[in-house]
Amino acid sequence: MVAMASLSACKGPAPGASQATGPESINVGEFASMSGGNASFGQSSHKGTALAVDEINAAGGLLGKQINLITEDDRSTAGEPSTIVHKLISEDQVVSVLGEVASSKSLEAAPICQENKIPMISPASTNAKVTQVGDYIFRVCFIDPFQGKVMAKFALSKGWTKVALLTDVKEDYSVGLADAFQKAFTAGGGTIVETKEYSTGDKDFSAQLTAIKASNPDAIFVPGYYAEVALIARQSRETGIKVPLLGGDGWVGESLLKIAGHALDGCFFSNHYSQDDPSPVIQNFVKTYQAKYGEKPDAMAALGYDSAKILADSITRAGTTDEPQLRDAIASTKDFKGVTGDITLDADRNATKAAVILTIANGGFQFVQRVAP
Amino acid sequence: MIEFLQQLINGLSLGAIYALIALGYTMVYGVLRFINFAHGDVFMVGAFAGFYVAPYVLKLSNGNPSWTVMFLVLVIAMLACAILGIVIEKLAYRPLRDRPRLTVLITAIGVSLFLENFGQYAFGVDPQYFPDLIGDHAITIPAWCGPLQNLTIMVSQVLVFAVTLFLLILLRFIVTKTKLGMAMRALSVNPLATSLMGVNNDVVISFTFGLGSALAGAAGILISIQQPSIDPLMGLQPGIKAFVAAVLGGIGNIPGAALGGIIIGVIETLVVGYSDRLHIPSGYRDAVAFFLLILILLFKPTGLLGRVEREKV
Repeated sequence: MVAMASLSACKGPAPGASQATGPESINVGEFASMSGGNASFGQSSHKGTALAVDEINAAGGLLGKQINLITEDDRSTAGEPSTIVHKLISEDQVVSVLGEVASSKSLEAAPICQENKIPMISPASTNAKVTQVGDYIFRVCFIDPFQGKVMAKFALSKGWTKVALLTDVKEDYSVGLADAFQKAFTAGGGTIVETKEYSTGDKDFSAQLTAIKASNPDAIFVPGYYAEVALIARQSRETGIKVPLLGGDGWVGESLLKIAGHALDGCFFSNHYSQDDPSPVIQNFVKTYQAKYGEKPDAMAALGYDSAKILADSITRAGTTDEPQLRDAIASTKDFKGVTGDITLDADRNATKAAVILTIANGGFQFVQRVAP
Repeated sequence: MIEFLQQLINGLSLGAIYALIALGYTMVYGVLRFINFAHGDVFMVGAFAGFYVAPYVLKLSNGNPSWTVMFLVLVIAMLACAILGIVIEKLAYRPLRDRPRLTVLITAIGVSLFLENFGQYAFGVDPQYFPDLIGDHAITIPAWCGPLQNLTIMVSQVLVFAVTLFLLILLRFIVTKTKLGMAMRALSVNPLATSLMGVNNDVVISFTFGLGSALAGAAGILISIQQPSIDPLMGLQPGIKAFVAAVLGGIGNIPGAALGGIIIGVIETLVVGYSDRLHIPSGYRDAVAFFLLILILLFKPTGLLGRVEREKV
């Protein structure tokens, strides 16, 4: 706890804090999938965000005020984000909106934030389109074209030249990542031998996997979310597919390995951070998170934490929560020492930072390599 | 050819899952003329009942999966669901029995939403691993089958198929050959006359709900053995598909539900498996299933095996 306090203390209350006017606290909105299909993501990112807010408040808050985090649940349902983000902006008068993990939800909320000129910081939406909505939309994670390129290069470096794609057509994230992978992979001399699709919530993938097996690939790229990936892995082994599966950060979910069992052993995926990373920033975060929630933080928790910390840092630097000063302060974030790496926001408001590749072995994730942008 | 056979097996297996859930749907409709939209969620509760009971039952057999373990868990889940079904009927549907049918239908949607959200609260939102109760594995196909040896058939797939067939026959027997079945059929024609004949309508309706929910519970266990990932929203999609299957086969008709389930399962699988040749993206598999439903209802509004009923004035 001491280490944690010193971590946030270095940013401290701004000198001009006493001049703050208006209400006692700064309202910050958060929308997340606290229930429904992507709840594992939503709950993790929320826990990370809440931890960051607690730390900031414990260290004296911002501009002399406490942060009041208002969290709304979009139930992993399309249509909900627009309703609750409208509510956050018009009713709760939030200065900024944090969320979401799933790209399709962020894409729904982004135009609303843009229109109202409320900065929105997505912790983990990696689809390229999210920040293209406008100059008030930011993210603290890398984007799919980068993640796809990382995995494509990795596959080629392993000598896998024939890869099959299995994409979740209901998720912008999955489609975007598959596109990025395909571009980088074919440009590097690889061939996509089969392309199959499924939808979120499916439980039976035998038809897709039987067709993929017949195409005889060296590996299968499955850029989906953990709930489906776990069953895809199981069923691919039952179908007699022995080649490794490859994926992205959507694989990270508590239930992935519980459901997949050993079916994912020897498979690879890209991610934002590794909780086994010995760097003190990460280990401090892991320790405080574990003390508070009794579990280890996954990548979504780390990104949620970073999103709130970057907002706090920007409010401190701006010295106000008014627009456009706050927006400009977020946009000029440079070399912020986040848990998920050194974060610099580029001209397109995306974070440029390294990705890690993890493999699955002995019932856990193992660090393979770090890939710089 | 082998690939096609494998896809056919995949399709039959998926179809059997839809059929199994559709049986309960169609039976309740057949008796009460009421679509129980909470059926898919009772199916989910059945899976979770099995999930919580399974560790204790497995302990009795020293952690070894076996048919006895599966059977015990199955019976407990069916009982739990039967009780749940009877309670839902008593609390939610019985007070509305004399109201327009639409009121009850909307209440059913309410019950469905309640179960989904209560499930998320009580069971957690993350998918859980459903323990393997039977020691599921691929069936070894004997050498004399030649190239057919390359086919993959799981024990659980055969199990779902066999149980669906068994329940189909059992249900038909109950409805057509037993006294209670006769009361159920009489009730579906004219509840007032049935009660005048000395039948206790409340008991018959409770029994129908109990039986339908027990079927959902059985489906919950069997399907979770095959696809061992369960979550509080797992009933949503199969519930809709099973409803489509029941309508396709002629809602209220028990063999029709099974037939409808198999047809949808096979067509979906073939659409996905041969999407390139059919020039239909594999993501459109649900669209194809629903399009088929519209097509059949256009030409045969009562469904494949449904009978035309004349409304008497």
